[in-house]
This record gives sequence, structure tokens and C-alpha cells, in this order.
Amino acid sequence: MNVTWYVVLSAFLFAIGAAGVLTRRNPLVVLLCLELMLNAGNLALIAFARMWGNGDGQIFALVVMVVAACEVVVGLGIIVGIFRRRIPEDVDALSELRG
Amino acid sequence: MIFEDIVFFIAAIGALAGAAGVVLLRNPFYSVLSLVGHLFFLAVLFLLLRAQFLAAAQLIVYAGAVMVLYVFVVAYIGGAEEPLGQDTPGIRALGVLFAVCVLAELCIAVIGTGLKAIDTHGAHIANSFGAPSQIGSLLLNRFLIPFEAASYLLLIAAVGALVLARKRRGFEDMLEAPPPPAGGRA
Repeated sequence: MNVTWYVVLSAFLFAIGAAGVLTRRNPLVVLLCLELMLNAGNLALIAFARMWGNGDGQIFALVVMVVAACEVVVGLGIIVGIFRRRIPEDVDALSELRG
Repeated sequence: MIFEDIVFFIAAIGALAGAAGVVLLRNPFYSVLSLVGHLFFLAVLFLLLRAQFLAAAQLIVYAGAVMVLYVFVVAYIGGAEEPLGQDTPGIRALGVLFAVCVLAELCIAVIGTGLKAIDTHGAHIANSFGAPSQIGSLLLNRFLIPFEAASYLLLIAAVGALVLARKRRGFEDMLEAPPPPAGGRA
């Protein structure tokens, strides 16, 4: 397959993830859609690494996976904190950040 | 080559369906399961692009560990079903419109790209491309500082998660507890 196919597929996945982030209101699902966007970026990075025959893009993708894992851990910590304080799980209601 | 094409289309359709499932399913638990399927098909695509190590890492770290974390949190907070489209439809339509604009912009960028090699199958590569040995030597030679920065980032995230998710009783307990007797243990 041409590299173009992979890049276009990653554009589609990124757009689906962006649509989810913008339209869903449950913070947990918003995090899942962020994962979709990060993975679409990963797919593009790996496709370009294959295109140049160079391993650097794969290292970038690995670093993106590390960042995604950190984002998940902190995001889920915040969601558990929201649940413990009986705040409604709705990103519209979470308009204030206070410790 | 024809076999590779067939595998690509199956994996691409699976990945798109998984992504659509994450966005469209109402129950967060099913969204998480849909994301697991999406990640599996994405790992197949990574294999087609000769990124063996990343495909394995995707399956083990992402589909394995991170998704288990998600399932635990969904089970903990009891994944309430979110009604789709109950609020103002204008904002929702605006979000979808924005996503379509992003897609159109990305497709225009791909179509109008000056990269000559993007319409090929990629450069000629050695058999060791994407193998753990190549990734390891790149990480420890050329990308040593990003590697160390990533380890610090993981450490900070682990500590931050503990701080965020702990029960905030420590301080109140200290206030309510009887003061220690004066002149006691030093």
C-alpha cells in the first residue's frame, strides 16, 4: 500500500477523535477520544518513518505513547477525584478548577 | 502484495469502526471495549508498516495495561449512560462541523503535499527495520535525552496521580486528633 493511504486513514481517525472530544460530555469518553487523536498521530508518524526508511519516527511514536500513558494516569486521577466529590460527570459542569 | 492490500483494508475498516464506536456508543464501558478493538487493528497496521516493536508495545502496554486502568475506573464510577443529543443541538453540530473542517484541511494537505515519496511503498529498508535492536540502539544513542525525559515524565505522572486520587483526610484527621501530650516522646 502507498504511504498516502496510511496518512489519509490517520487523518480520518484524527477527525473522528476530534469530533468525539467536541461533542461528548462525559470526561471519561473525552479522554478516550483524546487517545484516538494521539493514536492517529502515531499512525502518521510510523507511516512517515516507513516512507523515509528511517527509525526516528518510530522513536517519536514511542514517546507519544509515553505521553499518552501519563495523560491517562493524570486524567483518570482527576476523574476519580471528581467522582469522590460528587460533582456531576459532565464537562459542561466542570467549568471551574479549584483545588 | 495483494495479500498486504487485503490486510490493510480489513485493518483500516476495523480501526475506523472502532473509532466510530468510541464516539457513538453511549455506555462508557462499551466505548472502552471499542477502543481496545481499535488499538488491535492499529497494531496490525503498525505491523504492515514494519514497526514490529511498536505493534507489540501497542498491544501489551496500550490494549493491555492502559485499557485495564480504564475498565477499572469505569467500574468504579459506574459508567452512567450519557444521553446523546439532549442538549442544544447547535453546539453539537458546530463540533461535528469543526471536525469535518479539520478532516478537509488534512486531506488537502496530503493531496497537495510536495513529498515525492508519499505515493510509493516507502524506501528500501533492511530486515532489522523496526526491530527491538534498532529501537534500542536509537534510544540509547541518538535519543538518550528524550528517553531520560520520558522516564521523568512517567515518574511525575505517577506521583501526580497519587496526589490527585488520594483521600483528602490526612489534614482533617490531624486537626481532629487529640494533641500529643506535652513533654512526651521527642
